[in-house]
Amino acid sequence: MTRAPRPAGPLLLGVRHHGPGSARAVRAALDAARPRAVLVEGPPEADALLPLAADEGMRPPVALLAHAVDDPGQAAFWPLAAFSPEWVAIRWALEHGAPVRFIDLPAANSLAMTRAEENEADEDGECAPDADADAEGPAAGPAPIDPVAVLAEAAGYDDPERWWEDVVEHRAQGGEAVDPRAPFAALAEAMTALREVYGDGGHPRDAVREAHMRIQLRKAGKEFGDEVAVVCGAWHVPALGAGTTLAADRALLKGLPKVKAELTWVPWSHRRLARHSGYGAGIDSPGWYGHLFDAADRPVERWMTKVAGLLRDEDRFVSSAHVIEAVRLAGTLAALRGRPFPGLGETTDAIRAVMCEGSDVPLALVQDRLIVGETLGQVPDTAPAVPLQRDLTRQQRTLRLKPEAQERELELDLRKDNDAARSRLLHRLRVLAVGWGEPTEGRAGTGTFRESWRLRWEPELYVQVAEAGTWGTTVLSAATARAGSRAASATTLAEVTALAEQCLLAELPDALPVVMRALADRAALDADVGHLADALPALARTLRYGDVRSTDTAALGEVAAGLAERICVALPPACTGLDADGAGEMRGRVDGVHTAIGLLTGAVRSGAGPYADGPDADGLRERWTAVLHRLTARDTVAGVVRGRATRLLLDDGRLAEDDAARLMGLALSPGTPPADAAAWIEGFVGGAAGGGMLLVHDERLLGLVDAWLTGVPADLFADVLPLLRRTFSAYEAGVRRTLGELVRRGPAAGGPAATGAGPAPGTTASGFGPGLDEARAGAVEPVLRLLLGLHNDPDPDGDAPSGPAGRAANVEEPLGATG
Amino acid sequence: MTVSETTATVGVQALRPHAEDAFAHELKALAAADDRPRPARWKLSPWAVATYLLGGTLPDGTVITPKYVGPRRLVEVAVTTLATDRALLLLGVPGTAKTWVSEHLAAAVSGDSTLLVQGTAGTPEEAVRYGWNYAQLLAHGPSRDALVPSPLMRAMSDGMTARIEELTRIPADVQDSLITILSEKTLPVPELGQEVQAVRGFNVIATANDRDRGVNELSSALRRRFNTVVLPLPATPDAEVDIVSRRVEQLGRSLDLPAAPDGMAEIRRVVTVFRELRDGVTADGRTKLKSPSGTLSTAEAISVVTNGLALAAHFGDGMLRPGDVAAGILGAVVRDPAADRVVWQEYLETVVRERDGWKDFYRACREVSA
Repeated sequence: MTRAPRPAGPLLLGVRHHGPGSARAVRAALDAARPRAVLVEGPPEADALLPLAADEGMRPPVALLAHAVDDPGQAAFWPLAAFSPEWVAIRWALEHGAPVRFIDLPAANSLAMTRAEENEADEDGECAPDADADAEGPAAGPAPIDPVAVLAEAAGYDDPERWWEDVVEHRAQGGEAVDPRAPFAALAEAMTALREVYGDGGHPRDAVREAHMRIQLRKAGKEFGDEVAVVCGAWHVPALGAGTTLAADRALLKGLPKVKAELTWVPWSHRRLARHSGYGAGIDSPGWYGHLFDAADRPVERWMTKVAGLLRDEDRFVSSAHVIEAVRLAGTLAALRGRPFPGLGETTDAIRAVMCEGSDVPLALVQDRLIVGETLGQVPDTAPAVPLQRDLTRQQRTLRLKPEAQERELELDLRKDNDAARSRLLHRLRVLAVGWGEPTEGRAGTGTFRESWRLRWEPELYVQVAEAGTWGTTVLSAATARAGSRAASATTLAEVTALAEQCLLAELPDALPVVMRALADRAALDADVGHLADALPALARTLRYGDVRSTDTAALGEVAAGLAERICVALPPACTGLDADGAGEMRGRVDGVHTAIGLLTGAVRSGAGPYADGPDADGLRERWTAVLHRLTARDTVAGVVRGRATRLLLDDGRLAEDDAARLMGLALSPGTPPADAAAWIEGFVGGAAGGGMLLVHDERLLGLVDAWLTGVPADLFADVLPLLRRTFSAYEAGVRRTLGELVRRGPAAGGPAATGAGPAPGTTASGFGPGLDEARAGAVEPVLRLLLGLHNDPDPDGDAPSGPAGRAANVEEPLGATG
Repeated sequence: MTVSETTATVGVQALRPHAEDAFAHELKALAAADDRPRPARWKLSPWAVATYLLGGTLPDGTVITPKYVGPRRLVEVAVTTLATDRALLLLGVPGTAKTWVSEHLAAAVSGDSTLLVQGTAGTPEEAVRYGWNYAQLLAHGPSRDALVPSPLMRAMSDGMTARIEELTRIPADVQDSLITILSEKTLPVPELGQEVQAVRGFNVIATANDRDRGVNELSSALRRRFNTVVLPLPATPDAEVDIVSRRVEQLGRSLDLPAAPDGMAEIRRVVTVFRELRDGVTADGRTKLKSPSGTLSTAEAISVVTNGLALAAHFGDGMLRPGDVAAGILGAVVRDPAADRVVWQEYLETVVRERDGWKDFYRACREVSA
């Protein structure tokens, strides 16, 4: 085997993580140098997992996942795509039978250091093992420099990605470099100059990492001589070549904290390699990079063809002429911008101008499907299990909730801590679509502190857990992430409200704000007031339920209040021009919203509601009342809704009885079509079981109904009969009988003539017979006097009118409460 | 009858001089400093054209004023398109400087922005191809002398940039005659058995309003002869406030309206309302909103403010008050009385009412909405 002559010392290949050009160059350099061993930047614990990389079932993008054994939530990922130089190096070594090793600081140390620092793991602008999912925001302390950005700035580029593309990634396409190692040497030189100026560049942990890499490099040097290749971030190259002593390196590594760490391969996706999602690898365009890496030649032409194919699949008209013009435009643009080769920016501009007719909408599709890409990785079954599974197993043990194949019922009493924790776990798994437990209707009925579950652990659930493992490493974090994502992708308002309820049940406080935002957005954009009205009651319920669970529901309250406002604005127009079925639905919604607004404003008193300050609560209530008033007054509003609104106002004491009678008189006046009038009656006194009581106690209203009914022409009576029957048959037998008796006694009891006059001496008080039975009244008089504390004024008539009125008011109260 | 001949009235007396005259010194300085390769018959290199539009400072110290304030990317794509001999279509809602950009592009590329076809519903085919001088035609029969060339035909034979305004307003059959010109780069004159072939350097810049797409939608055959650049609405509130206040001032001057001393606050408010409703999200990005059916372009904001100023000057106390703009805003927002009114009410109740310092505006809007 002949090898190219090579300089002394190990072959140091400084790369940009996930750079397709770097990956090509690495492969070329390895082919040329044929080293006996390959060292790669990565956690050494994963050495045992390396052979899996050659497994048939292994398909990049994948990631090495390291997590602390005692706390799976503390994890770090090393994502590798097909176009990652590290992946290329690993595959090359495995194909050529060369030993391959990871030489970075062990994950055991880096995880422990992260934990100690409570900081974001170092972010060398590259394949930074992204620490804890919970850690957010930039690392504290001096801002770490981005070496590529510095070089780009020196070259007069404002965008470091573009500079790297021009100078490094696209060189290979410009023409084969004579010596595949030349670019690496040049890059190492540049990095050396940089590090002379910037030192560790704000990556304090690099010193330790590089010390470890040097020690490993020496070890490999002893074993394989100089014929060793190292693939690491370009930034580290100068440090690896530095002439430090073994003792000094050892000293640096001394006393590092350590945790027990476990590593495994997990499937990864292009979407997650992209910067804008969770464990981003810092590349915007994995799909484009993958294309650059895979394309044998003419990458821009092939890319445009791919884009055209995608757009055609989406039924956009894209001809070959478009492709030609797009390629030409991209090339000319690159020339205008002084770039050696069209990059992503030029191709995208060309696609927008030529294929998308200037529109960003189809371009978003290209961005999503091709530039980022939908490629999903795959990991062979032989890879160790995901941390989510471990976390689940741990929780199952502590909660004494064994996974059993046999179905069983579980009754939970949420007042007990253990049961509450079990309920949370099951609810979280439901959010994760791990169908272990199904909630069932328990014996306890509607009590809020009891839950019934049907549990059954199927073998498939392991797969579901593994799938859910992509959302996070613990049940809590995964459920939080999943809830957030579901909120973002939900299409209907009801979905989001349901999700909010689930979040409260599963106690996902971090997901709640996200869901709330989605809810607010969805509510803001939902043009159908029906949807809004459907969502509000569930929200109001959730608010109440949140109180039971002592969750902070302030955000929820705000959303509910906003929703209520929108309903107040949009409801009146939505109640017009409805057919019978639509009107029925709308009446149900008016009822629901009324109850919900009662709950919302009622929450003031408990201090937990959205309206901690009283005036606003009154404001909402006032606005709702105004809406109801408007509904009652508008002729175009469906009869049943109008009747219902009148009734709700009457029950709340927001409408004087006289006004109610007046409205009823209007609704039932001879000019109104009988069907409308019957609908009004249904809305006014139908539905709730207590509806009839009103007629029993207010004979004036009954008189109105009676007078109207008797006035309905015979030929129309058959039309209104079903409606009336539906209304009155819902009453309890007692109410029906009483009504019947009252009606049989005839209009003498108080017909329309008495309307508005009220009980006056000489006429009858409503609900009572004519005249006074002196003997019977006399019998109760002494007791009555005793009760009222009256000692003089023997005039019995003075008491009589106040009696029934007072009684009616008393009866009114419980009615109002049920409404 | 036939299209009247474009007489380029160049002179200092013109109410509005052409771009190539108004910025002649800049173009000259650019041409002097420009050492990059120029496409055939271009007065400047593509790089210099982009600089002319976007502004900059030349090595000799000449300051080039920015003609277009917006993304650099768009201008680069537009210039590159002209260099690739593909036609350029500038799309955008009214008031996004489409015509302005096309005029300056033509001035910088060909040094002449007057080869213009104004698209209307009545634009005849002669405006795009050629017409006849009937006196000549009758006297001497069909000949080259009797032919009246259109601006497009002249641009073809001279290798210049022609402009077509409001392309989508031109009837479809007239649009179709463009297809041969744009793809074959030739204009046959069957009456004479001749053709006019485009000389290198010929290109077309068309503008169209993408809100009125339905007027005379471009056929896909024509469409694919164009590279499309969509000119966006101003990206930041400050830029838009700037544009609005500058235009309002100009308009106010020509209408002899007294300048309002404290108009800025109200202008900012109008722009905020327009942007929020147009974008469907509040300025702080925290609340989503429904968008009304109208465009709510910068141009409309300008007219609302101008209208408000007129109200303030003639019927108010000379100060621009919330009440002066409220009616105008209502008119601009509520185009569809049913749907838009709900949108507006929601916006008023959920956003305006809560906002600090907007109480007077809220009241004014409530008054006019009632």
